[in-house]
Amino acid sequence: MKPTDPAITWLEEKPLGLTERLYLPLFFQGLSTTARHMVSRKVTVNYPEVRPTIGNPLIYRGVHRLNRDDAGRVKCVACFLCATACPAHCIDIVATESPWPDREKYPESFTIDELRCIFCGMCEEACPVDAIELTSLLDLTGKSREEMIFDKEKLLSVYDMTKDAEPMKSKTLAAGGMATFGPAPGSPAAGAGGHH
Amino acid sequence: MNLLPSAATLAALVKIGLLVGGLMTAAAYLVLLERWIAAWVQDRRGPNRVGIPLTKIRLFGLGQPLADGLKIILKEDFTPSGVDRVLYNAAPLVILAASLAIFAAIPFGSVLPPLGIPGLPDPVPFLVAPGLDVGVLWVFALSSIAVYGVLLGGWASNNKYGFLGGLRSSAQLVAYEIPLGLGLLGVVLAAGSLRLDTIMNAQAESGVWYAFAQPLGFIVFMVASFAEAARLPFDLPEAEQELVGGYHTEYSGIKLLLFLVAEFLHMITAAFLIVILFLGGWHLWGVTGSSQEIGWIQALLRFGILSGKILGVIVFFMLVRWSWPRFRFDQLMNLAWKVMLPLGLVNLVTVATVEEFRPQLVAALGPGFAAAVAIALPWIACLVGWLVAGVFTPSGTDNTPILTHDPLDIERELAEHERLERSPRNLSPTLVGSR
Repeated sequence: MKPTDPAITWLEEKPLGLTERLYLPLFFQGLSTTARHMVSRKVTVNYPEVRPTIGNPLIYRGVHRLNRDDAGRVKCVACFLCATACPAHCIDIVATESPWPDREKYPESFTIDELRCIFCGMCEEACPVDAIELTSLLDLTGKSREEMIFDKEKLLSVYDMTKDAEPMKSKTLAAGGMATFGPAPGSPAAGAGGHH
Repeated sequence: MNLLPSAATLAALVKIGLLVGGLMTAAAYLVLLERWIAAWVQDRRGPNRVGIPLTKIRLFGLGQPLADGLKIILKEDFTPSGVDRVLYNAAPLVILAASLAIFAAIPFGSVLPPLGIPGLPDPVPFLVAPGLDVGVLWVFALSSIAVYGVLLGGWASNNKYGFLGGLRSSAQLVAYEIPLGLGLLGVVLAAGSLRLDTIMNAQAESGVWYAFAQPLGFIVFMVASFAEAARLPFDLPEAEQELVGGYHTEYSGIKLLLFLVAEFLHMITAAFLIVILFLGGWHLWGVTGSSQEIGWIQALLRFGILSGKILGVIVFFMLVRWSWPRFRFDQLMNLAWKVMLPLGLVNLVTVATVEEFRPQLVAALGPGFAAAVAIALPWIACLVGWLVAGVFTPSGTDNTPILTHDPLDIERELAEHERLERSPRNLSPTLVGSR
């Protein structure tokens, strides 16, 4: 685009008025803003003691979990869609014949390398049976690399740990969707929905 | 021959010990205060973890200075190749020594009650070098020497950022010494002394702080001392975003620590001077009298009031840091030469006039009314000067280059090019280079 293009609107800076030129009024305005912020509510929290509140766990991308179905079995059907979608190649699945009549395969092992994961959420989107989900657990730490490679048992245990606070998203969405988590803009029920 | 030091020497040593210890501790804790205020202004919580070492007691983070200091002392003291070693090592020493030596002439309280120690003059003043008649000169001479530390550091580091920081600070400090001196001269004229304790006493006796008697001088001195202390909005010598660290870019470890401590000492000095010269020092109406014969409670009270005022000014310094953006260098120079210098002169002339004709005023109007006039005149001068400065100084926001023609006018450029091509004196190096 040339600088002479008629589509460009060139704006002139407004000349300073008397109040601006006298400088001190603006100075006190700035100082009052600073002073107001000094005593205002802080946006950070004392982290390990105080947990940050997560606005909407439905869209938060924390540690993974493998969901269980109503019978307590792993929901995964070992279709490899998540592993294929994963841009970081952190999901490793070993499929085997399913012992149950409702599906052909199930994962004999399901491993996620949490150190390689970039928490993009594409596995969750790819999953056709809502078996893999990202929870709102945000502090993921370990003392060794091995510890950070989550196997099937560990991922299922994450589900057991979080299922009460964060029900499966397919169920939540069926029961009314996002409205139960985040308040819709302008909704009168704002703040009534939080899940924790 | 008596080899034992005299009582006066011992007293001076005790005062030096107390002052240096107090100043170093204050500098360390002011770093914490600065970080706290920065955090609070930005809606954060700030450092609140480090408490007593090896325990779980946090004390709101009051152990932070210890941790910071230990960390920076244990860091590698790296000397880059290509530096001028003598100057490189001397710079932090010069700046710290000068910043500390300033306090020899700065009173940090009023006087102690008579102690009755033989050989010691009573009452004992809160001042390392009592009876130094050129106190203000001493302060200003040494604060100018502190500039050498900045210059030497910037020059000796053999680094372009350091060099630019040193250059900037030399121009800035030279420019702002003048308004600083002009603001100060008004006070010296009014008090009739170069001794800082006498200046404080004069304010205590009249009950009118010089900030009220000379508002314009106060503003000029305040702005200039911000620039002298290289605090935002005038921290161009070390503007992190442009110059990495300015003159101390190449320094690390304990030498960097000396620079940083000296920087905080400059701020403390500026706060001391503002309080002593303009905010009445230890005087507070109805709390501290003006008498020189005082008891212990009164002595401590005066010390506390002085310290409290200084802390208030320092907090103001820190709040301003987060309220104002940094000046551009040409704006900085505009402010110094075109605004602060004339305003300082206006203040000086007003104060000189008032002081010169004070006896005639008192004779003509009576003491009460004369005092009112003596205060009203500088205020009128301040208002007029402020308005004139605001309306007539060039607004410093415009940074478009001054051009004789539109740089985007390509037809004109081509025609010019062609004209020069044809011209017999086609010797323009720029055009030859650009082809």
